[in-house]
Amino acid sequence: MKFLTTNFVKCAIKTCDSSLEAFPLQYSECELVQEEQEFNPEFICHMLDRLDWQAVIKVAKDLGNTSLPPNKPEDIDPIMEDSQAILRDLHTLLVETRIVEGKMICRNCEHIYYIKNSIPNFLLPPHLC
Amino acid sequence: MSVPSIAIEKALEPNFQEQEFVHSVYNDIASHFSQTRYKPWPIVEDFLKTRPDYSIGLDVGCGNGKYLGVNEKLYMIGTDRSDGLITCGHEISKGQYNVGVADGLNLPHENGKFDFAISIAVIHHFANEDRRIEAIRHILSKLRKGGELLVYCWALEQENSRRGYKDGDEQDILIPWVLQKKQEKKPKVKKQRKSKKTAIENQLDSLDLKATEPKADEMEETKIEEEKVQDEQKAKEEQTKYRYYHLYKKGELHENAIKAGGSVVREGYEKDNWWCVIKNE
Repeated sequence: MKFLTTNFVKCAIKTCDSSLEAFPLQYSECELVQEEQEFNPEFICHMLDRLDWQAVIKVAKDLGNTSLPPNKPEDIDPIMEDSQAILRDLHTLLVETRIVEGKMICRNCEHIYYIKNSIPNFLLPPHLC
Repeated sequence: MSVPSIAIEKALEPNFQEQEFVHSVYNDIASHFSQTRYKPWPIVEDFLKTRPDYSIGLDVGCGNGKYLGVNEKLYMIGTDRSDGLITCGHEISKGQYNVGVADGLNLPHENGKFDFAISIAVIHHFANEDRRIEAIRHILSKLRKGGELLVYCWALEQENSRRGYKDGDEQDILIPWVLQKKQEKKPKVKKQRKSKKTAIENQLDSLDLKATEPKADEMEETKIEEEKVQDEQKAKEEQTKYRYYHLYKKGELHENAIKAGGSVVREGYEKDNWWCVIKNE
């Protein structure tokens, strides 16, 4: 599961829908791998538009990275020379960082989901469906 | 040789029905099923290729993820109820697809976030109409206003196809999936022996000689043949898995879409399926 995906998943339990705590999930006991991927600055730039930056910061912190700027980088242009460094960094974080094993915990209901062999599992036990 | 489909017992508990006749079957047949699912259907491919660059989308019931790599300029997350199929997708793509295991009625995504979604040959597996409508409504809830969902469901009207279902037939049925056995060694050896014998027989026939001597041998062969047939029958029973489908009548998917609160922007029929592009209003 790529880091990027953590910005697009939340607790699957319906009663958590209205809670602001259900996203992002809290990542715990995670095993990470870095895997080289093709760098597509345009892709990163467009994703950046769509990212919930506060969620990026929270998940990065869960995974031990506290070096992100507090506000979403602005005026990023994939063809501008001075945007390249930040886009590279984001590429490394969002696309090349993968969670292979770990737990995802809902901050609202405390339900625990597991990531195994890179695959997150959001199935719920019958009483929570 | 094909195994017929059968009607499903009415009024089964929906969760039980889906567990028994959908989820567990897909996990059992996952790797075999996955091998048969690699060719994208044209209208699905076209839908994905006409999304604006860098749109973000969902594939609900993505199976082995065959649609996740169709357009590289999209960011897609695929989920499926079957961890077996998701594992296939993960392996096929060498970890490149963004996949997860999730239930279509309990998707792990924020509401109103995605630009588009597809759900191909999935909604027809839900046990009753309420759940099928709810499934469409639930996917639509994940889309932003104006976001589009492409849904495909198997059609009742497929008279020109192998199965030949038509208007007036039972809509809620169990479709057999015959698993091919992996260890084919034994039957192969037997088959070779059989064909060898036939060749000798043919030779004898052509020489117009009467084979009187090998009677005991023949008896033995017959016995082996009988055992083989029994074995094959037993194996066949064990290998046939039944999946539940609701076959959609003309206009029915459109109706479901409206009841789910969406509006239908395009619709049609392709390869024995009814499809609709449903807009989240």
